[in-house]
Amino acid sequence: MNSREYIESGILELYVFGKLSEEEAREVQQMATDNPAIRTEIAAIEQAVINLSHSVSPNISSETYDKIRHELLGDAPEVIQMKSKTNWAQYLGWAAAVVILLGAGFMYLRMNDQINGVINSEIEKDSSEFKSMQKTIITLEDKNKASENLLNIIRDKNNRIITLEGQPAMPTAMAKVYWNKATQAVHIDAQGLPEPPQGMVYQVWSLKMDPLTPTSIGLLDKASAETTKMYKVDNTTEAEAFGITLEPEGGSAVPTMEQLYTLGKV
Amino acid sequence: MTQDELLPLIYKKDDKAFTLLYDMYAKSLFGVIYNLIRDKEEAEDVLQETFVKIWKNIETYNESKGRFYTWMLNIARNNAIDKLRSKNFNNNQKNLSVDNFVHVLEDPNKVSNKIDAIGIQEFVKKLKPKCIQIIDLLFFKGYTQQEASDELEIPLGTVKTQNRNCINELRNLLKV
Repeated sequence: MNSREYIESGILELYVFGKLSEEEAREVQQMATDNPAIRTEIAAIEQAVINLSHSVSPNISSETYDKIRHELLGDAPEVIQMKSKTNWAQYLGWAAAVVILLGAGFMYLRMNDQINGVINSEIEKDSSEFKSMQKTIITLEDKNKASENLLNIIRDKNNRIITLEGQPAMPTAMAKVYWNKATQAVHIDAQGLPEPPQGMVYQVWSLKMDPLTPTSIGLLDKASAETTKMYKVDNTTEAEAFGITLEPEGGSAVPTMEQLYTLGKV
Repeated sequence: MTQDELLPLIYKKDDKAFTLLYDMYAKSLFGVIYNLIRDKEEAEDVLQETFVKIWKNIETYNESKGRFYTWMLNIARNNAIDKLRSKNFNNNQKNLSVDNFVHVLEDPNKVSNKIDAIGIQEFVKKLKPKCIQIIDLLFFKGYTQQEASDELEIPLGTVKTQNRNCINELRNLLKV
């Protein structure tokens, strides 16, 4: 039997499955030693069944892993390892304390004045760091408040959401209007509008269709909405559509229709 | 990492060897054990016994007798079958669970890695039902050729080659 026929006979699969007698297995082993093609074939069969059984295996709990590990290696699970780490850290802490005490005493004796100078400047540095941290916290609180407001607007079930699609002047632009049915408040999410050019500003219009009557309800120029891009504009009671145009700073009395960026019907 | 590289490490029985051994084979062996036992807690006990046996008896493994994986696979299957017998299940292997390894997939909570499961469900679907049966009996449940021939009602002489064709199909799907 040549090696091709031997491989095709199917005996190698049974060899990997462990379903051959000792004598048959020894024979396969002998053939494999002499023939690299057979060795390669055995490895591939093994890989296939390992992958298959691996894939249909349920999760093994981490407790079982710990139990096996403990029983085989006799080492304690992770928790105790962490305890030993703590002990080491304690020794290090004591050692550091001793070094610091000795060092401090030495320096106190030798460089009393100098050290006072250093400490004073450290205190100054610390207090200025403290101030800047306070500022950061205030900024973060503001941001957090802004995000909360944003969420409240988005979650409010009284809000109708109108999507304003891009128009020929700026097809990629888009904006969303949150119009509160209960309070008539209007918020504009301007995330999808490009930065306006220098000297220009976006103006929001509520529109009545027949006849077409635009009413300005505000400009998107509030610095407070710089990060969130969520602007509150004037309330409106009877809009049939909303549009946003690009206007010179300060706004216009009537919309410049060639600069209509987005438009959406209620 | 191959069997040849792993074995010298295991003989030293160090920490790294255990981790490698576990990572490479625990899930495969557990797949086989669970397919026989069908009870997760008991299957995990059997997995533990299996690893203890592998670790303690590693000196009795002899490369001239066969693959290291095959040796572990036999320990895992035998432990699982012993467990079933000790629970006064019927001694007859043929009365083992009628479910095959594919049924494990049908309960998504049981399968470790959902991505794996989706992948395997796809290729398992492509396996012929006849192939699922024969691989289940010979590989997962450890039937002899004679037992598989009786169960599947196919001639004894064709068990080996039919199984070969099915493993080839699996290898094509897995690209190994």
